[in-house]
Amino acid sequence: MTAMLKLTNVCKTFNPGTINEKIALNHVDLELEENDFVTVIGGNGAGKSTMLNAVAGVWPVDEGSIFIDGIDVTGLPDFKRASLIGRVFQDPMTGTAADMQIEENLALAAKRGKSRGLGWNVKAADRQMFREKLATLGLGLEDRMQTKVGLLSGGQRQALTLLMASLQRPKILLLDEHTAALDPKTAKLVLDLTKEIVEENHLTTMMVTHNMRDAIHIGNRLIMMDEGKILLDVRGEEKKQLTVEDLMKKFEAASGEEFANDQALLSK
Amino acid sequence: MGLNFGNLIGAMPGGIAQGLIWGFMALGVYITFRLLDIADLTVDGSFTTGGAVTVMLILSGVNPVLAVLAAAVAGMIAGMVTGLLHTVFDIPAILSGILTQFALYSINLAIMGMSANKGLPVDKYHLFVSSRNIPGSILTGALLILFVIAVLYWYFGTEHGSAMRATGSNPEMSKAQGININSMKVIGLALSNAFVAMSGGLLSQYQGFADINMGRGAIVIGLAAVIIGEVLGNALIGKRMNFAVRLGFVAVGGIIYYLVIVIVLWLKLDSNYLKLLTAVVVAVFLAVPNIQTKMKTSFSRAGKRSVKTTKEAN
Repeated sequence: MTAMLKLTNVCKTFNPGTINEKIALNHVDLELEENDFVTVIGGNGAGKSTMLNAVAGVWPVDEGSIFIDGIDVTGLPDFKRASLIGRVFQDPMTGTAADMQIEENLALAAKRGKSRGLGWNVKAADRQMFREKLATLGLGLEDRMQTKVGLLSGGQRQALTLLMASLQRPKILLLDEHTAALDPKTAKLVLDLTKEIVEENHLTTMMVTHNMRDAIHIGNRLIMMDEGKILLDVRGEEKKQLTVEDLMKKFEAASGEEFANDQALLSK
Repeated sequence: MGLNFGNLIGAMPGGIAQGLIWGFMALGVYITFRLLDIADLTVDGSFTTGGAVTVMLILSGVNPVLAVLAAAVAGMIAGMVTGLLHTVFDIPAILSGILTQFALYSINLAIMGMSANKGLPVDKYHLFVSSRNIPGSILTGALLILFVIAVLYWYFGTEHGSAMRATGSNPEMSKAQGININSMKVIGLALSNAFVAMSGGLLSQYQGFADINMGRGAIVIGLAAVIIGEVLGNALIGKRMNFAVRLGFVAVGGIIYYLVIVIVLWLKLDSNYLKLLTAVVVAVFLAVPNIQTKMKTSFSRAGKRSVKTTKEAN
């Protein structure tokens, strides 16, 4: 069985040769099996988001290769990989087009990575499907399908982005701290929706989070990164037994320094 | 030297006819400025290109309607050049437009056989629009605009057109949906400049000549039309207006702009100040929404509130 996602020896250095040189990914190897739900933690600058961006194809990597479901995507820019990938960003404003209606955004997402022709964007036949899917969010958006997305709250936009990312089943779903910009109550709502959508569609998922508790309780596998490397990779029963204290200890043991990231400490 | 009201009324139909032609151009500017979020300065050059191509083709015996269509193709190429400079070489959009516009000055001269203007003997040809037949020109212009609005309404409702709107609204999201935003920008700029060049072709037929300077300030006039139309539309209908109606108001904005000019000329103000007036009008309308925001929240206001509450506390 081929891995759903396979990173081999992936390297990325930002601003090479300057005083701001930063080795963001340092020979990263990673394999995700189908239906893996991996949470990714680590301090600021550890390379979590960089790894997601490498998979998404935001910029070319310096070395190594990236395969999604057996397809070598290393040489493809983001928009050419989009058919394989669903993305939800940290900033709720990033995932949706504010000037367009809810149903127009959904229609754009329904065609993710496919060729776009001169047929109507929002087809009458799709509206019923959009309405049903929106209703599952439980936010009442199904009655506001012609509302411009810019009028929605951050939480509503993030929930909509999640729905859009899964509307056309992606090979891999990338969640980049997608609840970090939301208030705790909304963050929980979006996280619960995330679990539902991932389970229902059997999505292979990578979720970056700052919240250790979420990282432990969600998904079947946990990765800890530091200085562009994967320090820790636990799964199954071992992951279920983890505690926040364990994670802190493991981090200290592996990296040889104290886990001093205040955000990580605060979100225990 | 009194003001004759009859003269003003007499000048109105001509103003409306020219306003329709500028309104047609404003629809092109709307595509880049509002939908793609690019201020495209190519138009000052491509408007003249349209006029030059149209006049030269008609002089060489081409049908006036076909000449305007050829002008559209010329404008499309100009827009593509700007788009490629911007997307392939990462030159800022504004600068890309300025470069193309600058280059077009030479090209436009070359099209007109190295002369600064070319006249059309209006009696010799059956022109599409002409100042000799103002009612006919108004009818033709209005029908043309209605047709273009219908086409734009359809296109921007399609999958392809929606992807272009998404590109202007949120490039990050568009890429994540698999949209090639670079090709969208090039296509949008080409489409916009095709309309602008067609409008230049219509104006050259209407006035009976093409002039190397006929496009100077076209972008500002286009923006004026877009902004006047939007302000009027929002005032009359509100912000939740249908896209076709919105485009209609943009065209109306072009007419209103030109009627204001007719009034300014009627008042016997020095027409040399027209560009100053236009720039001021556009600057004011662009500034108003920002000033309104600043009225609500600004450091000086916060400072005054602080002083006031401190005094009250003492």
